[in-house]
Amino acid sequence: MAECHPVGFRWVMAAKERGATIIHVDPRFTRTSAVASMHVPIRAGTDIVFLGALISHVIKTESYFKEYVLAYTNASTLVTEEYKDTEDLDGLFSGWQEGKGQYETNSWSYEGSGTSGMHESHRVPESHAGRAADLEAEKVKAHAKDATLQHPRCVFQVLKRHFQRYTPEMVEECCGISREQFDKVTDALCRNSGRERTTTFCYAVGWTQHSAGVQFIRACSILQLLLGNVGRPGSGILALRGHATIQGSTDIPTLFNLLPGYIPMPAARTDTSLEKYVDNYTARSGWWTETPKYIVSLLKAWYGDAATADNGFCFAHLPRLTGDHSHMTTVVNMADGEVKGYFVMGENAVVGSPHTGLQRKGLRNLEWLVVRDFPMVETAEFWKDSPEHERGEVRAEDIATEVFFFPAATHTEKDGSFTQTQRIVQWHHSAIEPRGDCRSELHFTYHLGKRLKELYAGSADPKDRPIQDLVWDYPVHGEIEEPRAEAVLAEINGYTVADRKPVSSFTELQKDGSTVCGCWIYSGIYAGGINRAANRAPATDPNDPYHYGHNWGFAWPANRRILYNRASADPEGRPWSERKRLVWWDEAKQQWTGYDEPDFIKSRPPGYRAADDAQGLATISGDDPFLLQPDGKGWLFAPTGLQEGPLPTHYEPLESIVQNPLYGQQCNPVRFEYDRSDNQLARPFADPRFPYILTTYRLTEQHTSGAMSRWLSWLAELQPAMFCEISPELAEERGLQNGDWATISTARAEIEARVLVTERVRPIKLGRRWAHQIGLPYHWGNRGLVVGDSANELIAFSADPNVTIQESKAMTGDIRPGRRERRKVVAKQRVNNPDEALRDLPVAQKRPVGKHHVYGPLSRQGDQT
Amino acid sequence: MANGFFTDTSLCIGCKACEVACKQWNQLPDDGYHFTGMSYDNTLHLGASTWRHVSFIERPVALNGQDAGAFSWLMSSDVCKHCARAGCLENCPTGAIIRTEFGSVYVQPDICNGCGYCVAGCPFGVIDRSPDDGRAWKCTLCYDRQKDGMHPACAKACPTESIKFGEVEELKRVAKDRVEKLHQQGVTEAYLYGEDARSQPGTAGLNAFFLLLDRPEVYNLPPDPEVPTLKGSKSWISAGLAAIGVTALAFVSVVLGNRSEKESS
Amino acid sequence: MKPLLNVNEWPVLKQIRNRDAHGLGKNAASERSRELAPRTRSADKIARSVCPYCAVGCGQLVYVKDNRIIDIEGDPDSPISKGSLCPKGSATFQLVTSQRRVTEVLYRRPHATAWETIPLAQAMEMIAQRVKKTRDETWQATNAAGEVVNRTLGMAHLGGATLDNEENYLIKKLFTSLGIIQIENQARV
Repeated sequence: MAECHPVGFRWVMAAKERGATIIHVDPRFTRTSAVASMHVPIRAGTDIVFLGALISHVIKTESYFKEYVLAYTNASTLVTEEYKDTEDLDGLFSGWQEGKGQYETNSWSYEGSGTSGMHESHRVPESHAGRAADLEAEKVKAHAKDATLQHPRCVFQVLKRHFQRYTPEMVEECCGISREQFDKVTDALCRNSGRERTTTFCYAVGWTQHSAGVQFIRACSILQLLLGNVGRPGSGILALRGHATIQGSTDIPTLFNLLPGYIPMPAARTDTSLEKYVDNYTARSGWWTETPKYIVSLLKAWYGDAATADNGFCFAHLPRLTGDHSHMTTVVNMADGEVKGYFVMGENAVVGSPHTGLQRKGLRNLEWLVVRDFPMVETAEFWKDSPEHERGEVRAEDIATEVFFFPAATHTEKDGSFTQTQRIVQWHHSAIEPRGDCRSELHFTYHLGKRLKELYAGSADPKDRPIQDLVWDYPVHGEIEEPRAEAVLAEINGYTVADRKPVSSFTELQKDGSTVCGCWIYSGIYAGGINRAANRAPATDPNDPYHYGHNWGFAWPANRRILYNRASADPEGRPWSERKRLVWWDEAKQQWTGYDEPDFIKSRPPGYRAADDAQGLATISGDDPFLLQPDGKGWLFAPTGLQEGPLPTHYEPLESIVQNPLYGQQCNPVRFEYDRSDNQLARPFADPRFPYILTTYRLTEQHTSGAMSRWLSWLAELQPAMFCEISPELAEERGLQNGDWATISTARAEIEARVLVTERVRPIKLGRRWAHQIGLPYHWGNRGLVVGDSANELIAFSADPNVTIQESKAMTGDIRPGRRERRKVVAKQRVNNPDEALRDLPVAQKRPVGKHHVYGPLSRQGDQT
Repeated sequence: MANGFFTDTSLCIGCKACEVACKQWNQLPDDGYHFTGMSYDNTLHLGASTWRHVSFIERPVALNGQDAGAFSWLMSSDVCKHCARAGCLENCPTGAIIRTEFGSVYVQPDICNGCGYCVAGCPFGVIDRSPDDGRAWKCTLCYDRQKDGMHPACAKACPTESIKFGEVEELKRVAKDRVEKLHQQGVTEAYLYGEDARSQPGTAGLNAFFLLLDRPEVYNLPPDPEVPTLKGSKSWISAGLAAIGVTALAFVSVVLGNRSEKESS
Repeated sequence: MKPLLNVNEWPVLKQIRNRDAHGLGKNAASERSRELAPRTRSADKIARSVCPYCAVGCGQLVYVKDNRIIDIEGDPDSPISKGSLCPKGSATFQLVTSQRRVTEVLYRRPHATAWETIPLAQAMEMIAQRVKKTRDETWQATNAAGEVVNRTLGMAHLGGATLDNEENYLIKKLFTSLGIIQIENQARV
C-alpha cells in the first residue's frame, strides 16, 4: 500500500501513530513492510490457506462476535441435504458435472429455497466490483434456521467443517508462514475485533490476479463478518484500486457484461424481452426488487421518446451476450482474425495486459486500430518494432493493420469526474484548452456518434434503429466544440421526463418511463441541478467526527461513506459500542440517524419484520443490514453467484512448484483456460524447467504500463530500468550478480532484466524444502525515456471464472544470467500435456474441447461465435 | 526566527515524492537514467539537480518494535541542512550566498560566478556546481514560496509527514517529543541528528535536522561535521592572540629597552 | 535630483543598521532576491482538479497563467490527501506540459513503415466510415441457435479506467447501441 498508494498510506501511518498494529502480508518485504509492525512473508497464491486458517482459528477459539454473527450473517441458515463439501469430495463441491467443466449449483442452496438457486442467465461472469445477479428467485424469509448454530447443516457448522483442515501447521507447510508468526497475527486480529474494536483489511490486485481471485476476497469477507468488522467505523475490506477512475469505469462500465449501475447485459437465450429480463433480474426480496425502475430509466436515457411501454422501452435495441466476451477472449478472437476493428483509449495493452506477445498477435490481425493516448505508446507502434521484429519473425511491411493515433487531452484540459477507490466521485475542472489536435474522449466519442448518426440517418434497415433512436444531443462549447461534461453528468443522475427536473435520489426513479437515469447508483450527484461531485468543503464539520467529509465530492450511493453502516448498530438500533458509534435508530424522531448517511430505509424501525407475502422494499426487515442481499444478511456461505463453490477453497495456481497439499484437486476446477499453441502452460507442479515462483507488481515511481510515467524525466530517473528482485541465496544458486543482466523465462516467453539482489526477497520454507520467489515489476516497454522488457510477456492467458481476471501474481519460471536470445525461436513443443501431473481430479479431465477452451458458464449453449 | 525542516526518518516510506515535488517546483532537470543496483536508490546523492534525495538502507538488523526478522529497510530524505553556521555561506567570496530573513541559506543565482569555494566549504557535500552553467545550486528552502507564506514543496507533498517544515524552535520541541514517544514504543535507537549547537558544535546546529534510527554514517551523514570556516575562525582567534602577544612583547621590550636605555645612559 | 553619494547605501552603515555585521544576510541580497516571489502569485486562474494516476483521488490545484499551466500541487482542503501528493502526483505538471505528448493525428497505412500526419476531421470521418463498414459486414441478427443477438463481434473497445465517468458513459452508450459488446477496460486486469 505504501508502494502503490502512498497518500492513502498516510492514514495507515496516522493510525500507527495512534497505536494501531499494522500487519503486512506479502511475498516480498516492500516499502509497506519497512514501516509495518509486522511483515509476514507468504508464498504467492496461498492466501486462502492463510485466511482459511484465521477463519478456523476464530471459530475454534470462539473469538467471533457472536451477536453480530447471529443477527447479521447467514450463520444460522440451513443448507440443502444434497450439499457436499470439499471435505467429502477431495477438493470438489457437490454438483460437479463431469465433462462440462462446471458445477450444477442447486445443492448449494438454502434449505427450502426450491430447486433453483440461481437463474441460468445470472451466471454471466460478473465484474469484480459488484454483483447484480445475486438474485434469488425464491423468497428467503421462510428458510429453515437454527439459532443455536448447532445443526450440522447450518452455515456455521458447514463453515467450521469446511475450514477444519486449514490449520496453523498447514499454513506453515503451504504458505511458508511460521507457527509463531501465525499466532502473533491471530492474537493481534482477535484482540482488535469485537464490540469495542475493529480491524480493516486492505488489498489490491495481489488478491485478484489469481485463478481463484474472487475467492480470496470471499475468504476475507467471511473472516470480517465473523469478527463483526463490516459496516462499522475502521472496519471493512478496502480494495485499493489502481487507476484514477477504475472504480467509475466499473460503476459506469466499459465492461462487456454490465450496464451502468451493475445491471446485467442481457443474455441471448434467456432475456428475449424486457418482461423476461425484468423477471430474471428482479429479486423477490431485498433492494434488487427495484431492478425494473433502473433498467427502464436507463433505456429512456438512451432511446428517449422512441422508448415506450409498447415497445418494451426499446429493450430490443440492446445487443445480447452468449458467453464470455472479456478482454482475453476478445484478444484470442482477434488473433484468429475474427475481430476487425479495435478502439484502445488510454490503455497500453502490449505492456500492461497479460501475454503481451499474444496481444501483439491480435493487433497484427486487425484491419484497423484506433489508439488514443498522450505519448506514442507501444500499443500504437506494435507494427514498428517488438520482440517479434527483433527475432525476425515479423516485419512492418507484412503487417496490414491500419493504425490511427489520436492525441488525447489530459485531465487538466477537460471537465469530468473520477470515482476514487472509496466510491467518492470528484470533479476536475478544465484549466486550459488542449493543444493542437489533442481532444478528450468525450469529444471523440460524441463527434464519432454524430457522424455515425448522419451515416445511418437514411437507413431503413431495422438493425440501424438503435443508432437512429439514440439520444445524442449534448450541448457543445468553445471553438473545438467540446461537449458539456456536466450535461452528461445530469443524464447519469437522472431527471423526470415531463419537466427535465433532476431527480434527487434513485428512490424517485419509476418503471413507467416517466424518469430518465443513466446510472442509478449515481443518482443524487446532480440533485437540485448542482454538480455535487464538484463539492469542495474541507472535512471540518463537528458532526463528522470521523472526517468523512460529506461535502467533499459525492460518494455513491446517496453520498454514503460507509456501506452497510446499519450493521454498526445492534439489532435494536443501538450502537454496538459508544466508541464506535456511527449510525443508530432515533426513537424520538422515528428514523435512522448518525455520523453518516444511514445505509437503510430511513424510517424503517429496527423491530419491523417483513411479512411472508411482502413485496418490494417491504421485504427488508429492520435487522437486515445487508439490504442488497435477498435475505438481508452477510453471506458466510454464498448459496449463489460463484462458479467454483459457495466457500473459498485453496487451489494451487495453474503453474505451481508444489502439489496441492490440501486436496487431490490441484487447480480451480472451473478456471478459464485458453488452451492454444500460443499460450502454453508449464506442468501444474514440479515442472523441472520452471523451478521458481514468479510474481509481478508495481513500483511507487512508475505507473502501470508506463504511458503516464516512462516519458517523464522526473519519474524515469527514479526507476530507470526493468529489474528482477531475487534473494542472495537464489543469486548464488544461479550465479547471478547484482546489477548484471538476467533472463527470466516461462512457458510463454523470456525477458531480460537487471538483477537486484536483496534480502527483501527471502527463500521461503515449505515443510522441509526451500522455495525461491522472483519479483518482477512490469512498467517497461520499448518506448519512452527508459525502456526494458515487460514482465507481462511472461504471463499466460487464464482466468478466474467469475470475473475473468488473469493469474499474474503467481506462476512458475526460471532465471539464468545474461541477456535474452534475439535470434529466431524455433517453435517449442506443446507442453500442455495432462498425462503426467494433473491439474484436475480424474473426474474433471473430460473437458469439452470448446473453442479456446473458454469454459464459460454459458458455453453449454453451444454458441461461441 | 528561523524556519527549517525536521525530517523524521521513522515515518519515511521512501516514496520520493519530495524529490519529484522539489524538481517540479524548481524545474530541475533529471540526473540521467542509471540503474545503480543499490536498493531503490537510482539518484544516489544530492547535487546541483537533486535537492532532496531519498536514501535506502537495507540492514541485516531488526528494527526495535518491528517484527520482521533480522532485517530492516531504512529510508531517509536528505536535504541541505541550512546550518546555523554555514560553511558555504562563509566561504562565498562574492556575496552570492546569503542568510535569508527566514534563516535559510540561499544561493543567489544572479550573483554566483561559479567559483566553487562553497563546495569545499560544505561538510555534508550538499552544494554542487551545475555542469551546465557552472553555478552552485542547492535547496533554497523554497525561498520564493516562503515569501508568500507557502511551505516548501517537499514538505507539502510528503504523504506521511516525514518532512515537517516550521519554525526551528518549534520543530525541536516536536522532535524531542517524537524521540521520547518512539523510545516509549520500544524504538530505542531513535535519536536526533544536528538539532542544536550542543549536539553538533561543528555547525552550531542544523536548521534542517533529522531523526535517525542508526548511526549517521549509515545514512551517509558525517558523524561530527565541522564547517571549515569554523577552523578558520579558530585560527583567526589564535592569530589574534598571537598578535596581541607579539604586540605586548614588543611593548614590554620597548619599555624594558627604554628602561635599559635609560639605565645604560 | 539624485544625491551624488547616498550615505544610507554605504555597506558599512547598512550592515550596522541591519545588525548584519558579517554582511552575509540582507545586505548581500540582490534586487532579484529581494523581489523574489513564488510563480503561483502570478496565476490568473486556479483550477481544482484530481490526480490522474491511482485511485486514491488526491486533490490537485492547477495554477494557470495566460492559458499555460505554471504549477500543479496538492489541494490542502482535500480530506483525502490534505495537500500531499506522491511522486507520480507531484510529476503531473510534467505529464500535462510534456513536449513528448503527441499533438497531431497520425496515420499508418497498411504495410507502411512510417506514420503520416492527417487532419483531425479527416481522421474522424475515416473512423466513422470504418465503423459503419465493419458493423454492416459483421452484423449478427441471430446466432446459429436462432437466438436474437443484434450485435457485431467485428469490433471491440479497450480502456476506461483512466478516462472520465462521463466519457465511459458515452462510450458505453454509443458502442452498445452500435451492437458492440466487446467493451472492456483495465478493471478486468
